[in-house]
Amino acid sequence: MATKKKESGSAGTQTSDPSTNGKSNPDLDRELLRSMLLQRRFEERCAEAYALGKIGGFCHLYIGQEAVSTGTLSILRPDDYVITTYRDHGQALARGMSPRNVMAELFGRADGVVRGKGGSMHLFDRNVNFLGGHGIVGAHVPLATGVGFAIKYRGGDQVCICFMGESVVNTGAFHEALNMAGLWKLPVVYVIENNRYGMGTALERASAIHDIYERGASYNMPRAQCDGQDVFAVREATQEAVDRARRDQIPTLLEVRTYRFMGHSMSDAVSGTYRTKAELDEYMKRDPIMLLRMHMLEHGELTDEELQRLDAELKALVQDAWDFADKSPEPPLESLYEDVYVDTTSDSTNQAIAAD
Amino acid sequence: MAVITYRDALNQALREEMQRDDRVFLIGEEVGVYQGAYKVSKGLLQEFGEMRVVDTPITELGFAGVGVGAAMVGLRPIVEFMTWNFAVLALDQVLNSASKMLYMSGGQYNVPIVFRGPNGAALQLSAQHSQAFESWLAHVPGLKVVTPGTPYDAKGLLKSAIRDDNPVCFLEGEMLYNTKGEVPDEEYLVPIGVAELKREGDHCSIITNGKMALVAMQVADQLAKEGIRVDVVDLRTVRPMDFEAIRTSVQKTNRAVVLEEGWEIAGIGAQVVDFIQRECFDHLDAPVLRVHQADVPMPYAKNLERAAKPDVPKTIAAVKKVMYLE
Repeated sequence: MATKKKESGSAGTQTSDPSTNGKSNPDLDRELLRSMLLQRRFEERCAEAYALGKIGGFCHLYIGQEAVSTGTLSILRPDDYVITTYRDHGQALARGMSPRNVMAELFGRADGVVRGKGGSMHLFDRNVNFLGGHGIVGAHVPLATGVGFAIKYRGGDQVCICFMGESVVNTGAFHEALNMAGLWKLPVVYVIENNRYGMGTALERASAIHDIYERGASYNMPRAQCDGQDVFAVREATQEAVDRARRDQIPTLLEVRTYRFMGHSMSDAVSGTYRTKAELDEYMKRDPIMLLRMHMLEHGELTDEELQRLDAELKALVQDAWDFADKSPEPPLESLYEDVYVDTTSDSTNQAIAAD
Repeated sequence: MAVITYRDALNQALREEMQRDDRVFLIGEEVGVYQGAYKVSKGLLQEFGEMRVVDTPITELGFAGVGVGAAMVGLRPIVEFMTWNFAVLALDQVLNSASKMLYMSGGQYNVPIVFRGPNGAALQLSAQHSQAFESWLAHVPGLKVVTPGTPYDAKGLLKSAIRDDNPVCFLEGEMLYNTKGEVPDEEYLVPIGVAELKREGDHCSIITNGKMALVAMQVADQLAKEGIRVDVVDLRTVRPMDFEAIRTSVQKTNRAVVLEEGWEIAGIGAQVVDFIQRECFDHLDAPVLRVHQADVPMPYAKNLERAAKPDVPKTIAAVKKVMYLE
């Protein structure tokens, strides 16, 4: 069983030059930058909309972690599956969900991806096999194991990526789910986005071991750790794990070391009680978008003008999403009682499910 | 018509549905090699293999979640809990994942899954192995809750539950597994959400569900000897509840006793009584009474356990009281 530690990934002290295996791929790099920058611009407007009261409830921003969503999901095929936590905007956009419909969902409107029923924490999109945004910490990890089971049951070669924060590793659900995946050899890549804090509790105050990818040893599972601010490092580690899952139906526990630049949710301070401003500033020196941009500038893949143009284009795209959401009507009141049950049986849904 | 046990009726339902649809699989503790803790899955591993009869570690939360995840992407899991008491560990997946997925996803992901296992008290299993969970589960929109009391209902309802595209909680009874009853040789389904009038009378209605249906039928037979004729309305499903069957019976008899296995506070009976007082108020000749478990954890000693459980004498006393005979 391969055990691999790729690098320490202690953000703030690393070199800021992303690894590229010596290869330059300007088209790919532009796609990655576009994906990450879209998430950033989108969520900056989410913060604004939240302050204006257009977004309600809980709203957990992903800013600072964009290399993880983009790096992992850029490896997947369209027929693969993705499942995640309530901090789901970034992954939803990186997976190709419409910014318009995501923003409309956050605004609680009829054109939202889940028709105003879920909000920020529960984004789902069957068109891109995005199995949700789940709100109970750890609870979606067994679901991912179930998706892996279904893939194996049908003899498919798809892969399921399951995102989670590092605090999940202390839940019983995580242990139970990874044990079965390791036992049954299921094609799931469990991606721990270690942003160092479960709400306000530091990893070191919550987990008896600090290199949490080592937990994979308990499940006879290949495991790795990588720098989550470096999109190339994330891609490389994900590629290896996805290949192993697709080819050999072997799961992987991948710890991606990252950092969130915002508070746990919109209702708490960015720094203060549990982390210092100085710590935050140190990590922000390794902003994943900045690192990729610098790499591209240094390698002549992107001029300043091109960057400005891309940024303007994405800001316009997000403004369009905002305008679309703003104009979308509230969900009709009769939808209150819709989608509690389906009124079908296996006879009438055979075809739809077989085609899934 | 063959006379078979409740256990064999369930086994037939599982086998027939697994033969009918290869997306159906059974997962849980001891369902395969051990042939089922209560032998409900006897022979299924041999017939369907280990991919479709899946032994799990002791990990209720985990394998319930595996079922939900598999159901989201097109399989039709039957999750067996060795008892619903252990399913408490998995309730997060039943309540927070399965019951809400369709709604949270705006109608995109339904969860066609059956959670099943024995519910309620057996004999002298004391506090942690004797709880009746139907009222807990029936509280939750998005779930269906089925409580068959006879082999006929067990088979017909389990087949319907497996074909249902929604999450169904299927509550069996350890004390029911060996009970026998007539089951047709040909295929049949019992629809979810439809009560059955198991005894017919015009003096009083006994409204009940699950294994208490057997108690109610014994009560009806004993009272018949005294010339008291009761309706026994077996709800069979507690969510959705067949309120029309309750209305029809109470409007005929003008008196009702609600008999349930669980505790009093916020129990199934409370919901039934709520319906009766709203919809049958002018038809009532007496206050509706409830028979239920004593409001204590289940004790071990035989005499204490007997005192705690709803039974035939307690129900007969309640019927006589609403008839002003005592």
